[in-house]
Amino acid sequence: MVDGGRLLELSRVAVNTGVIGKTYPPAEYTVGREKIREYAHAVGETNPLHLDVGAARAAGYDDVVAPPMFAVVYSFPALWPALFDPEVGIDFARMVHGGQEFTWGPLVVAGDEITTTLSIADVSERAGNGFYVFATESVNQRGETVCSGRWSNIVRGA
Amino acid sequence: MQLGDELAPLAVTPDRYLTVRYAGASGDFNPIHIDEEFARQVGLPGRILHGLYTMAQVARAQTDAGGGPQSLKRLSVQFRGMGLPEQELVVTGTVSAVQDGVAIVECGCEQGGKRIIRNAEAELRRPDA
Repeated sequence: MVDGGRLLELSRVAVNTGVIGKTYPPAEYTVGREKIREYAHAVGETNPLHLDVGAARAAGYDDVVAPPMFAVVYSFPALWPALFDPEVGIDFARMVHGGQEFTWGPLVVAGDEITTTLSIADVSERAGNGFYVFATESVNQRGETVCSGRWSNIVRGA
Repeated sequence: MQLGDELAPLAVTPDRYLTVRYAGASGDFNPIHIDEEFARQVGLPGRILHGLYTMAQVARAQTDAGGGPQSLKRLSVQFRGMGLPEQELVVTGTVSAVQDGVAIVECGCEQGGKRIIRNAEAELRRPDA
């Protein structure tokens, strides 16, 4: 239990505001060339920078370039421990994704090693629904922040 | 890219099995996206699109307009309603501010007349800057 934790039993969703500020161990992800290509195909990317090593190298990159939204892929490993943390207490079956923000730094290319840390930025209750905001920061092997994310999840009351 | 300019609209119709491919590509295997029966059991009309897939389409409209992945510096969206497979998604956007080589684009995504992503805002490095 996080010190100072307060369990609010309001309507149907009980939120534990005591987890605000909680952080989790960093999650590592090594970016693979075929993973970038698989992701790019799935979302309909046609830019050869994402698909063709030759085109990416000709443009000055070391390997195929991850589309910006590939941030989802390298950030996910950091998300699961918080989503399923009993202390956070998210009812996964009632959760919907309310909003998302990403801010990007240098582009990610195949071969990069990305380390993502997550902290719980906010937990609140409004109109019987629980609101959970996670903040992620993803850093590459050179220590550059390649992406910061804010993930807003809503757990619907009954 | 000038104040008031509209982005070229991006239209895409996710096919029947898109959610399965996106689940594999992204790592998000929540059954509401891939299991028709499960989705209905929890009160959905059927399998729904991943919100982050739809957000990726909004991102793609930006990077197409900006001249590549390096142009997109920030994107924030709010998810409203549900996207469904086999129906066209249309992403639109309008440049609402231009400053120091950066354009702010107000954008969104619509499906069947419903705005499933709204209040979206992108920060785009202008290709001509």
